[in-house]
Amino acid sequence: MDFFDFDVRGTKIRHIRKGQGAPLVLLRGCDASDSWREYMEILARDFEVIVPEHPGFGGRAKPDWLDSMADVTNFYLDYLDALNVSGAHLCGFDLGGWIAAEIAMRDPRCLASLSLCGAAGLLIEDSVPQDYFLTSEEDWLKLSFADQAVAAAEITRRLGPESEDMRLANAVVIAQIAWSPRWHDPDLRKWAHRISLPTAVVWGAEDRVYPQVFAQAWANLISSSHLIEIAGAGHCPEIEKPEAFAAALAAFLKALPDKERAAA
Amino acid sequence: MKMFNFHLMPYAHADLQAIREHGTSWMNFPNSYYDPVKGADLYHEYLDQLEFADELGFDGVAVNEHHQTAYGMMPVPAVLAGALARRIKNGYLAVLGRALPLVNNPLTIAEEFSILDNLTRGKFIAGFVRGIGAEYHTMGINPAESNARFLEAHELIIKAWTQPGPFEFNGKYYKFKYVNPWPRPYSKPHPRIFTPSSGSLATIRWSAQQHYTYCQTLAPIQAVAQTFKLFREEADKAGYQASPDQLAWSNAIYVAETDEKALQQVRPHLEAYMNEFLTRNPLMMMPPGYSSVESLKRVRAMKAYMGGRQTAEDILAKGVVIVGSPNTVREKLAAFQDMAGFGITLTKTQFGTMPHAMVQENQIAIAKEVLPYFKNRLPQPVKAAAE
Repeated sequence: MDFFDFDVRGTKIRHIRKGQGAPLVLLRGCDASDSWREYMEILARDFEVIVPEHPGFGGRAKPDWLDSMADVTNFYLDYLDALNVSGAHLCGFDLGGWIAAEIAMRDPRCLASLSLCGAAGLLIEDSVPQDYFLTSEEDWLKLSFADQAVAAAEITRRLGPESEDMRLANAVVIAQIAWSPRWHDPDLRKWAHRISLPTAVVWGAEDRVYPQVFAQAWANLISSSHLIEIAGAGHCPEIEKPEAFAAALAAFLKALPDKERAAA
Repeated sequence: MKMFNFHLMPYAHADLQAIREHGTSWMNFPNSYYDPVKGADLYHEYLDQLEFADELGFDGVAVNEHHQTAYGMMPVPAVLAGALARRIKNGYLAVLGRALPLVNNPLTIAEEFSILDNLTRGKFIAGFVRGIGAEYHTMGINPAESNARFLEAHELIIKAWTQPGPFEFNGKYYKFKYVNPWPRPYSKPHPRIFTPSSGSLATIRWSAQQHYTYCQTLAPIQAVAQTFKLFREEADKAGYQASPDQLAWSNAIYVAETDEKALQQVRPHLEAYMNEFLTRNPLMMMPPGYSSVESLKRVRAMKAYMGGRQTAEDILAKGVVIVGSPNTVREKLAAFQDMAGFGITLTKTQFGTMPHAMVQENQIAIAKEVLPYFKNRLPQPVKAAAE
């Protein structure tokens, strides 16, 4: 499945759109340049799956306006406007989960629901994650999966020399957003209570990047949320347990009251 | 040639085995290994050494800035430069350099450098650097903004030194309603500026365009020669001919009676310096955005950067440092000067674990056997092969 170019007020990114049904926007993490995956294929049976690549990713220059998470969030609000969708479901993973929470906090008007999976963005003082910026790509993937056979396969799939330049350039965008404060936005704790969308906090039961205490923190911050645990999965349940993840997410989305499924 | 005595002020009592176990003397090497009683003595010995260098006739003394490491105990170099400012009677006093992007208020650097320039009555040299990669971890500054912050901080400092205040400054990273620092620099229009770097083309080009002095940090002499050649080419493009005084080579020199004695005496200290004190994780050194993707890949490919102990012989063979009898040191230094074309050397006489008495003997030997031969020496033309 190839990316398509998409222009958002002069900023060019790439995205993938596939499937029929209510729009489901998936915001990926540091792997946002990765291609179409099995969990997307499963979800595309019931939803129009829309997967953007982050601005400045994929070999494009980091946009001049991109200084902070606030800029990325406002960009994605422009992106949602440009998609011209309403009643969209927003689901974010890791970095993308952080972005999704920021979007939902600021302007949920075109959204029907929020799902956060292994989301970055929170600081928990007595549970400091391993430093992403002092960990090799290979070691980070090992940390990200419960099943090391899956990790090994992902290392082979993703860390080839042909994509090295792109990954190094993507890392600059990631650092721009997440270097300091490291992987979190102190204001999230102040304002996350404003999120009133039906929210699923989906977490790998064996997440070693952001352990369960992070899932619980998100659930506590967002009163309209509930927790879904994916058994046997680490930080990336969507990759490690694609069927279980897609089934859990689809079940949450389909169970929403009609109002939230208006566009379906 | 002008010879500066350059000091890193390492924590020479560092537990080398512990450094090996932690894989680095930087950042993650716990500061519980620092003993303040021993550290206090080291500070005084090191300052004594630099004052001694001034008495011995070195052209200047230099300190630098690094954070959270046993490699160098000078996170705030102006404190040590301040301690030296009233004792250095003959030569220059240089801070090589202050890492501009690491501060959120570069005006403090304009202020401290102005004070030092006043105290030394204009014999101060201001070094501007970006700071090495690890510094972006330890100081919490975003490496993706390193270059832009450096350029903006530089612009602000030069304006603060040269434009009548008060004025307002509104940059992207630095915003000040009032810029009006007292004191103004003693030197006109401002202190002489040196720009140490590990050899990035962008820095070389920028430094040449600004007519600054470029200092090449520790590197094999062939690479130094290449870098200085690039600088001269960039100066040519900028419409002027670079002078040898715009090129400074950072090195270490150790002199003893014979080559054999010199090598034998220097070995443990040089090897500790190159293998333990300098050892850094490439992830620390190359945070995203600090360098171009090309530079990052080049460093990633340099496996030697990570492991592989270097012997004193390896280090000497590459021409990173000069060790030997007076005659050997003179011959090599002259050959290296001719090959690379520098007019300044920034010479460490202490490195790694080298103790005080040994450093002083080395300083005396250099002052007696090397300095006089190079006082007014300029790079001599060499056969085409060297370039």
